[in-house]
Amino acid sequence: MIGLGHYLVVAAILFTLGVAGIIVNRKNIIIILMSVELILLSVNINLVAFSAFLHDLTGQVFALFILTVAAAEAAIGLAILVTYFRNRGTIAVEDVNLMKG
Amino acid sequence: MTAAAFFFYLFSAMLIASAFLVVTARNPVHSVLFLILSFVNAAALFILLGAEFLAMILIVVYVGAVAVLFLFVVMMLDVDFAELKQGFLRYLPIGALVGGIVLLELVFVVGSWSFGSVAVAQIPTPTPQGLSNTAALGSVLYTQYVYLFEAAGFVLLTAMIGAIVLTLHHKEGVKRQSVAAQNERTAKTAVELKKVPSRAGV
Repeated sequence: MIGLGHYLVVAAILFTLGVAGIIVNRKNIIIILMSVELILLSVNINLVAFSAFLHDLTGQVFALFILTVAAAEAAIGLAILVTYFRNRGTIAVEDVNLMKG
Repeated sequence: MTAAAFFFYLFSAMLIASAFLVVTARNPVHSVLFLILSFVNAAALFILLGAEFLAMILIVVYVGAVAVLFLFVVMMLDVDFAELKQGFLRYLPIGALVGGIVLLELVFVVGSWSFGSVAVAQIPTPTPQGLSNTAALGSVLYTQYVYLFEAAGFVLLTAMIGAIVLTLHHKEGVKRQSVAAQNERTAKTAVELKKVPSRAGV
């Protein structure tokens, strides 16, 4: 029988793949944004699994809010990416230190 | 093995495989397509968990909107992706190391952990009986979490305005129609009469 632990392990593997994806694709910001989406998806799987196994709807409500924030983050991130590409002609993130902040 | 277990293993294996290919694919267009596949598989896992509404939202919002947005940007930007892929092998050991440590820690946490009796006794919003998942979620979302729901709407509004402000730019030197300026013109300002003498030209 599939228990809560199975879903948690799947979400943990997905989270790990997202973190490793950010590290190995350090130059390509599009893949980094996709890795962030994967991480948020793994968190959602965790929340929904807890919600289902505890018979508590709060987890699903929060998963809904995380979906909202993830969609907003993807839209803003891609807008910044398009603006950056328009200004610089490249999307290499290692020289995104123009402002020397 | 029951059918539910079989489908759980099928969907989670495909989810993990496609997530791996998102990270490692050589072509970012393939990455986006594998991202779509992993979202679809996650939606299937949500259906197995009984969260049908979230599964449909995942398909509609992610596959229908976010992934297409990614695809649009990847295809619109003319980027030399082979150059961006360099350094992948250089960062692979450190990425595998960090990923392995994170996975090990997460597995330890999952393995040595159980619900406390207090946490189970104090469930804030128990799932209502006799309602479908969508109706139950709506009855909770529009009552108990209505302020958070409106805040989520404001987050989306802010994101929309921000994305438009960031990407909209006016080109200089482009002639545009100005209806107000056109209506302001009268015959006196628009037409000039000149007395031209014969055989002299203007």
